[in-house]
Amino acid sequence: MDFTGAYAPSHLTFLLEGFLVTLQVAFLSIVFSFTIAIIVGVLRYAKIPGVSQVLGTIVELIRNLPLLLIIFFTYFALPEVGIKLDKFWAAVLALVIFEAAMLSEIVRSGLTSVEKGQIEAARSSGLNYVQTLWHVVLPQALRRMVPPIVSQFISLLKDTSLAVVIALPELMNHAQIINGRNVNYVIPTFLMVAVMYFVVNYALSVVSKRLENKHA
Amino acid sequence: MIDFSILFDHMDMYLKGFWNTLQASLLALVGSFVLGTLFAIFRISPIRPLKWIATAYIEFVRNIPLILVVFLFFVGLPAIGIILEPFIAGTLGLTVYTAAFIAETIRAGIQAIPKGQTEAARSSGLTYGQTMRYIILPQAIKVVIPPMGNQFINLVKNSSVLGVIAGLDLMYYGDLISADTFVTFDVYIFVAVFYLILTLPLSAFVSYLERRLAGSR
Repeated sequence: MDFTGAYAPSHLTFLLEGFLVTLQVAFLSIVFSFTIAIIVGVLRYAKIPGVSQVLGTIVELIRNLPLLLIIFFTYFALPEVGIKLDKFWAAVLALVIFEAAMLSEIVRSGLTSVEKGQIEAARSSGLNYVQTLWHVVLPQALRRMVPPIVSQFISLLKDTSLAVVIALPELMNHAQIINGRNVNYVIPTFLMVAVMYFVVNYALSVVSKRLENKHA
Repeated sequence: MIDFSILFDHMDMYLKGFWNTLQASLLALVGSFVLGTLFAIFRISPIRPLKWIATAYIEFVRNIPLILVVFLFFVGLPAIGIILEPFIAGTLGLTVYTAAFIAETIRAGIQAIPKGQTEAARSSGLTYGQTMRYIILPQAIKVVIPPMGNQFINLVKNSSVLGVIAGLDLMYYGDLISADTFVTFDVYIFVAVFYLILTLPLSAFVSYLERRLAGSR
């Protein structure tokens, strides 16, 4: 068996092209889902009657569904009700829906972890509720949220690989194309792909651990 | 409006998928619990090579996608002459992947037990194995139950990856039904409902345990 052909330069660049798409999908999903998560997390924390309950229920439902199902949904089911997205944006939308729910839960529990005394002190020094939230609670909560948020980002980067089911040309899809050329390429290609994911994610987790120790 | 005839006309397929999802999840849970406990003990053991192997395994697997692990079993093994049925390949992939997360959960639980407990046990003459078995693990299990519950919820959701490799699970049958009927929206809504039947009670139970156990320590 000849494994060496799997690591031909053309294959490596093809995999890296796929990885670039993976990173693009992940980056956009992180930006959008984090923005939504902060809004949802704050709204739930603020305990606005009705709003908190409705958002809480939606978050709970999404968190308990497989991401794969949501990807199928955004790509295959939404066109049936007139919303047609291409592969790239269907994948981003699915990831945003799923990750925003996961992250909003982290934001909410981060906010809850800020001591009540802080809020009382801020309010009694004359800050209104929004100012208290913005200047006192949120900055402290965000710092505590860093480790779980980074792990969620790692999950997100890994989860982009599920978009292989809608043939989005990301890393896993490109790996499968190379695998299709020669059965001897399968294992070395998967190993290469694993190393690519590992390097980025492990670096992220090391950074997260550093930050955790700094704030502990 | 949602068409319920999709559900009733294909109930047998939905139930078959539901049953296989449940089976894959339970099998992978048991397997990954055994494997995960072993790796957790290896990782904190004083025997260097065991520690290295466990650390390498846990760190590597945790940082790669589940679908890659499942593909390794389903597409990778046949490349070296080992062919497994999709359900088995998928469940094995799920087991190997989840084991790394469970190992980390258990390790965190074990390390939450104060060091003095180990020292006291060792100095009263218990061996390392006995200390683990009689002193540390029984206490650690209590700490570990809520995060383990979360891992199980993830496992149920992750089992949907079997659908990609024709693993006969809920996701797979959902795809079959939608290919049969040319309906996707309603079919997936019902697939979602079946997943929620498994995950929602579990997650309610986990938050209940979290509240209960938070007070008891």
